[in-house]
Amino acid sequence: MYPETFRYTKEHEWVLVEGDLGTIGITFHAQKELGDIVYVDLPKIGTVVEQGKSIGSVESVKAVSDIYSPVSGEVTETNELLATVPEKLNEDPHGEAWLVKIRLSHPGEVESLMNAADYQAYAGD
Amino acid sequence: MSDTTAVLKQTPLNAAHRRLGARMVDFGGWDMPVQYTGIIDEHHAVRRAVGLFDVSHMGEIEIRGPQAFDLINYLTPNAVSKLKYGQAHYSALLYEHGGFVDDILVHKVADDHYFLCVNASNQDKDYAHICEHNRFDAEVEFASERYALIAVQGPRAIDTLQKLTPTHLTEIRYYHFADGEVAGVGARIARTGYTGEIGFECYIPCAEAAAVWDKMMEAGQEFGIKPAGLGARNTLRLECAMALYGHEITASINPFEAGLGRVVKFDKGDFIGRAKLGEIHDKPLTRILTGFEMTTRGIGRDGYEIHVDGQPAGWVTSGGPSPTLNKNIGLCYVPAALSQPGQLLHIIIRNVPTEAVVRPIPFYKRAS
Repeated sequence: MYPETFRYTKEHEWVLVEGDLGTIGITFHAQKELGDIVYVDLPKIGTVVEQGKSIGSVESVKAVSDIYSPVSGEVTETNELLATVPEKLNEDPHGEAWLVKIRLSHPGEVESLMNAADYQAYAGD
Repeated sequence: MSDTTAVLKQTPLNAAHRRLGARMVDFGGWDMPVQYTGIIDEHHAVRRAVGLFDVSHMGEIEIRGPQAFDLINYLTPNAVSKLKYGQAHYSALLYEHGGFVDDILVHKVADDHYFLCVNASNQDKDYAHICEHNRFDAEVEFASERYALIAVQGPRAIDTLQKLTPTHLTEIRYYHFADGEVAGVGARIARTGYTGEIGFECYIPCAEAAAVWDKMMEAGQEFGIKPAGLGARNTLRLECAMALYGHEITASINPFEAGLGRVVKFDKGDFIGRAKLGEIHDKPLTRILTGFEMTTRGIGRDGYEIHVDGQPAGWVTSGGPSPTLNKNIGLCYVPAALSQPGQLLHIIIRNVPTEAVVRPIPFYKRAS
């Protein structure tokens, strides 16, 4: 269920680090808890973000939730697919429906995040 | 999470929900299904086919005895004398100041027997309120623990339920009920609901509820029945602009503000809140429940502030996507002068004033 190559936050985001670039998304558990997703608000390219701080929001039929960045850095790319097909986030949260890419300013931060096994136990699914 | 689940109250259908893959949430102290397949999917099933809801968390209070009429007529603003046997009406329990204790359904079972359906989270408060004002010595029974409540709602609700009961369902008119059997179990079958579709609410003994639920699911299979959770229940009622306690109606809202003046009958004799409501009725309303539609991206949700011309003008009571209309809609309180359709509103969504426009309510009405 949860890719071994990802690291996970307690707020149910994931990050995949490749070189100095981190791809960020929300977890399967997060999308399941939210239910039908209708809007995804993402930061603009060039935004400087801090680990643990809100970088946008995901809105479902029921509620709106903040997205907290798992890492610090600068946003280099956002997933434009989600502007038109937000429900993709329910279907493929670990793949096609990634949220943003961030150039890491403090690559060591990922060490503070959970690995797949720990996250799976934490999420309980 | 699992340790807090243990203290939540469960309906007799809890195991059925889990078996159906429901996502369960703490809803006012009850472990309830918020969704099974998804809110939008379940919403459409109710509008287009039939949906099954467990609303066993709702409370039942029975009032019996020769003084039953006097008590219920004093407790509620609607004209109880107009009810015939087997008829129900929408009503309220009010405070002397005119605000809501709760909104309720009153069913007349017999001259000396009235059956109330009340909100889950208010049932203890309602029972205490009723007992406190029972100077008539009517018999008041807190009956919630005896009843499960299953709502069958949607254009195929009659087809579904008729397979399980000898009662002629088409003969039960809107806001009427019949005592009969469903799947061989004694049931009070009421043509009521909270979805805006044709449907029934079946009050059944708790011990039999799980078996009846399964039979209903089976009976509805050929019509495309789906179990529907509290999420869809909310989007369905919002499209119909039906009030939800704690949102549109509270202790500080009176029936006229909530657009429920129809439940207040001044010519029926004394009732709690009558004097104050008389005063309120004689003056222009300061605020009124109003519908809105978002005209830009965003959803105005419960508690969000509303501005008009840059000034605070009210607040959102409920809001969300309307799966039927494919728009974002909501209900709010604004001054009467700002409640006319077409009025521009700004809803403060996460610090951003976002455009919405006043629309007539209900947003959705079933084609008859």
